[in-house]
Amino acid sequence: MSVSKETWGGPPALWTRPHLLGLETLSKEEITLLLDTAERFRRDILEDPLATGRKIPLLTGKTIVNLFFENSTRTKTSFGLAGRRLGADVVEFAAATSSLSKGETIIDTAKNILAMGVDAVVVRHGCPGTPHILSRRLENCSVLNAGDGTHEHPTQALLDILTIRRRFGKIEGLTVALVGDIAHSRTARSDIYGLQKLGAKVIVCGPSTLVSQDWQKLGVEYSYSLDAILPRVDVLNLLRIQFERQVVRPFPSIREYALLYAMDAQRLAACKKDVLIIAPGPINRGVEITPDVADGPQSAILDQVTNGVAVRMAALWLTLSANQKSLNKTI
Amino acid sequence: MTDLFLENARVVDPQNGVDRKASLLISAGKIAAIDPDAVPSDAKRYDLSGKVVTPGLVDLHVHLRQPGGEEDETIDTGTLAAVAGGFTSIACCPNTQPPLDTQASVELVRQLALRAKHCRVYPLCCISKNREGNELAELGVLFAAGAAGCTDDGSPINDAELMRRAMEYSLMFNKPILSHAESSPLDKGGVMHEGLVSLELGLRGMPAAAEDIMVARDINLAEITGARLHIMHVSTAGAVAAVRRAKERGVQITAEVTPHHLTLIDEALRSFDANFKMNPPLRSAEHVEACVQGLLDGTIDAVSTDHAPHAPEKKMREITIAPFGIIGLETALPLMLEKFIHSGLMTWPQLIERMSLNPSRILNLEKGSLAVGADADITVIDPDLEWTFTESEIHSKSRNSPWIGRHFRGRAVMTIVGGEVRYQLS
Repeated sequence: MSVSKETWGGPPALWTRPHLLGLETLSKEEITLLLDTAERFRRDILEDPLATGRKIPLLTGKTIVNLFFENSTRTKTSFGLAGRRLGADVVEFAAATSSLSKGETIIDTAKNILAMGVDAVVVRHGCPGTPHILSRRLENCSVLNAGDGTHEHPTQALLDILTIRRRFGKIEGLTVALVGDIAHSRTARSDIYGLQKLGAKVIVCGPSTLVSQDWQKLGVEYSYSLDAILPRVDVLNLLRIQFERQVVRPFPSIREYALLYAMDAQRLAACKKDVLIIAPGPINRGVEITPDVADGPQSAILDQVTNGVAVRMAALWLTLSANQKSLNKTI
Repeated sequence: MTDLFLENARVVDPQNGVDRKASLLISAGKIAAIDPDAVPSDAKRYDLSGKVVTPGLVDLHVHLRQPGGEEDETIDTGTLAAVAGGFTSIACCPNTQPPLDTQASVELVRQLALRAKHCRVYPLCCISKNREGNELAELGVLFAAGAAGCTDDGSPINDAELMRRAMEYSLMFNKPILSHAESSPLDKGGVMHEGLVSLELGLRGMPAAAEDIMVARDINLAEITGARLHIMHVSTAGAVAAVRRAKERGVQITAEVTPHHLTLIDEALRSFDANFKMNPPLRSAEHVEACVQGLLDGTIDAVSTDHAPHAPEKKMREITIAPFGIIGLETALPLMLEKFIHSGLMTWPQLIERMSLNPSRILNLEKGSLAVGADADITVIDPDLEWTFTESEIHSKSRNSPWIGRHFRGRAVMTIVGGEVRYQLS
């Protein structure tokens, strides 16, 4: 079956948000809608290259700016591909060589970009809340959070959840462990909000200096022992140790960390037979995961990357369509 | 100087046990008479029916930024904001550029304040040279030049031995040591109060323990030295409890709390608005409640604004980079009226004690009194005036307030310093 702009249909009425800032504020229905839309993009567009050329022109004429103030390879590329597959023009803003080094405020930078006529800004920034501030200052422009400091990374969590859902057919009732540097992980926060809303049980696991007991107050279980939780988890999300964000060194050595938390063949043997292993990447082979596990049959690390494009197509289409709707109302 | 006659007001003067309808005659900069039999025919008369007349409010913790930070505030704009908020006397912090650690810089501030002619200004000087926490500043010279007390506010004195020596040395001058109590290593990189909200927002936390530890240390040092210790901007339940226990043991200690630590909680940071970023940080509700109780039961002696102006472009930065602090001179009284008077938590004399008499006593200013012969520093308050705090009406040079657009009931409508009307709400 061939899919075209005409047969695709309009954006769903349930989605009304012009921005995607985080999963904390989204409802279960909204998250499900994002996942369902991403699933459609993956099945009908990305996996059917002969019929569609992996493209559908839903955002023709729209301009999206990738505004990345922190290094990124996969998220930036993924958003860029997602925009182009929807027919939008995608512009890269090289933050390192921008006016920011001259002391310009983030607000001024964004306003300048907006004055060039832009429909959406995809922001990655080291400071929590920067996309939120931008969304309040930029009129008629969608803001998508591609990671704000150690706060949220909604599209990463959505692609994690989509990967899990595609494997298990559901989220409700699953037990998902987030392992590693919880304190400095924006993915962990978005995963927790998204997974809990969809009915999964979440365990955060890692060194006690990186795993706050306060997570219990949000209904999250915590554990310092990976070995203790392995037999009862359905999914392991292995988070990278974020040395660059740590103000103080949270554990004595990488060697000690790997001894306690690296996912290797021996630990894999203690897991359920159908355990799913995911990682937001870039993975540190030998630190949080050994090569045999990373490349083994339980690993869905590359499947996540494909889902990432689909999720970002869904996020861009839904937010830009909602933005267009509000524009139409004001005109 | 024209005589002033303030009539038909409710006069609240806790120093002299006055809380009744009365009239005041002001002559030659002093309170000349209360309920006089005769009023000079050329006296300017003010009918203050429905208003409350109090000793001029005193703020012992203000940042005027001059010299060096004129983009944030000048002594002129800061003292104008003070009288507009009802303050007749303020003490200003020495974290200027250069810091107030020389006779010249202390005298400069006093001269600029006299020239500005809004309110009285009492400079606080540094404890350590250049506020570096290494060597004692020349406290004797600085006090002689007019410094009312000493502090390295903005930074703690991390070296306990230096703090002990400063306390011992201050004894011979009978001046207070004002402590910014914070353990820097524990707060390193911190943006907000450490708790569930900081965990959720991914903003690095500043634990209550960082304040508790330093308050406890300074109390111990005050105990062995006998120095007069004043704890600035108390914000934690632990600090309040420590000060309470110290007072019970007879330690010479006083403490202050800011209006924002009495009225705002860390949940406000969910907006990522840098106008909620301060040091000490906005704490969680149980700490705020402890501060309120501490102020009510007298553990905390004074309300101070910690007025901390920052130019708009600085607060427009990302919340991790934006500087700490908010302006407070023009919102302190309205916030206190709302929280403590309109709610019935405090009587008028209790409020004026905490906003005039006690801060004056902490710094030996001999203010906070409406007795005959006292300086005529007077604040006239309309407790029921409905008004909105708008950006265009701010007198401070900076705009970093979380209360812009906020509706208030009650404010200062006239401020008299040394018998002269220095501010009148138009």
